[in-house]
Amino acid sequence: MKLAVVAGPPSAGKTAVVRQTIRSLLDRHRIVYLKIDVVRAFEDEELAAEFGIPVRKVYSGDLCPDHAGVMVMRDAIAWAEREGADLLLVESAGLCLRCSPYTTQGLGIVVLSAVSGTNTPLKMAAMLALADIAVVTRIDLVSQAEKEVFRERIREVNPDLDIVETNAVQGTGMRYLLRAIEEYPQITDPDTIVLRGAPPLGVCTVCIGKTEIGWQHHFGVVRRLEDADYLFRGD
Amino acid sequence: MDTSPTREITILPGRNRRGEPERFEAITIRPGDTISIVGPTGSGKSALINDIEVFARNDTATGRTVLVNGEFPPEEFVRDPAYKPVALITQNTRCLADLTVAEFLAMHVRSRKIADDGIVERTIALANEFTGEEIRAGARMTALSGGQTRSLLVADAVLIAAAPVLLLDEVENAGIFKERVIEVLRAGGKAVIFVTHDPLVSLLSARRIVMRDGGVERVIEPLDRENEALREALRLDGILHRMREEIRAGNLITGPVGA
Repeated sequence: MKLAVVAGPPSAGKTAVVRQTIRSLLDRHRIVYLKIDVVRAFEDEELAAEFGIPVRKVYSGDLCPDHAGVMVMRDAIAWAEREGADLLLVESAGLCLRCSPYTTQGLGIVVLSAVSGTNTPLKMAAMLALADIAVVTRIDLVSQAEKEVFRERIREVNPDLDIVETNAVQGTGMRYLLRAIEEYPQITDPDTIVLRGAPPLGVCTVCIGKTEIGWQHHFGVVRRLEDADYLFRGD
Repeated sequence: MDTSPTREITILPGRNRRGEPERFEAITIRPGDTISIVGPTGSGKSALINDIEVFARNDTATGRTVLVNGEFPPEEFVRDPAYKPVALITQNTRCLADLTVAEFLAMHVRSRKIADDGIVERTIALANEFTGEEIRAGARMTALSGGQTRSLLVADAVLIAAAPVLLLDEVENAGIFKERVIEVLRAGGKAVIFVTHDPLVSLLSARRIVMRDGGVERVIEPLDRENEALREALRLDGILHRMREEIRAGNLITGPVGA
């Protein structure tokens, strides 16, 4: 079975990319879909109704959705195997973009919208740095020069990233993403899958549920504002 | 990869909205060609140039196929805009890049690995030949008007993207000097495809592709048969141009108008 994780900011067109992928690969593959979101999601119901494929969703609630995704990933693979799937598509909620939900043994697909502004690739650097392929959507709404400038920004973050430009509603250019999915190796051993990079950690006392504000109420490894440009950087 | 220059682009027919085959064998576009795509709103004009832009391979709604030099184009042509022989200036061009004009162009130059110090200034200067509202290097891209953006992107397509084939979607709607644009593109040996409702732009084109119901209805080559209409369109356009400038300058037009 193959694993592909689709991530990216809200409204970038992740579900449109997933929908085109399912539509094109359904005749050759048994596909199952897992949606991870925070409080509400409808994509699973829509895709099940449209394609009749097995779907699941999980709400992360107060937990970070990308962390939730990682926590349930092993269960999801077991579920997909029980369903007889040969392709598990996992779509993230796409929220803070400070970490990256990609794992080993799975294709990392980041979806970003061409109309989201030139600096967007820099703002979601972690997600771009660890992905295999970037799908740039709404490409029909920008000019040639703007496309190239946007690509240049993506390349600044990750020069090796494979870039697919698409009008995901029409499905143009998707053949290169489909080929990348089909050529990606199968999962070899689900029990050895790990995250590709260290996520931001629960490093402050707010993360563990304290509501007080200000340093005097808190403890831990986070530096004071005047001590560093970054409050905390994981290794 | 095949890096030979683009000698021709060939459009092979797909189907119209009723599912009927389009009425042409093949449309071939070569350097120096001027082609206009005409037809009512919603007849599929923009879809046709989008098919050219993405090198459709029976994978768009129209089912068309677009070849370069008689073959499926190399993957880089489709995937990497730096190799792409066509540049599309869309109808609703509003640049969303949060950069100044000079930064935007410099970044485009960098992405193309062009070593030419003056190219940004020359591009802005060329763009200013196409528009009456001056574009300044320090202006933000997002603050440019539609006409300024379009002028800048046409100039970019000519000098920086240096694409041999330009696709211009309703260039006349942006308040730019269309005759000057056509003149520069012709002089540069570009093939230009206009989606247009403008009689003058249509008459200035050597071929007209007529669209209906999402498909190509026919391809017309007027040869010299429309000379008189073209002369008249140029005369009328000159009158309208002068009136436009007078009105823009805040003047009343009370004298004789038909020079």
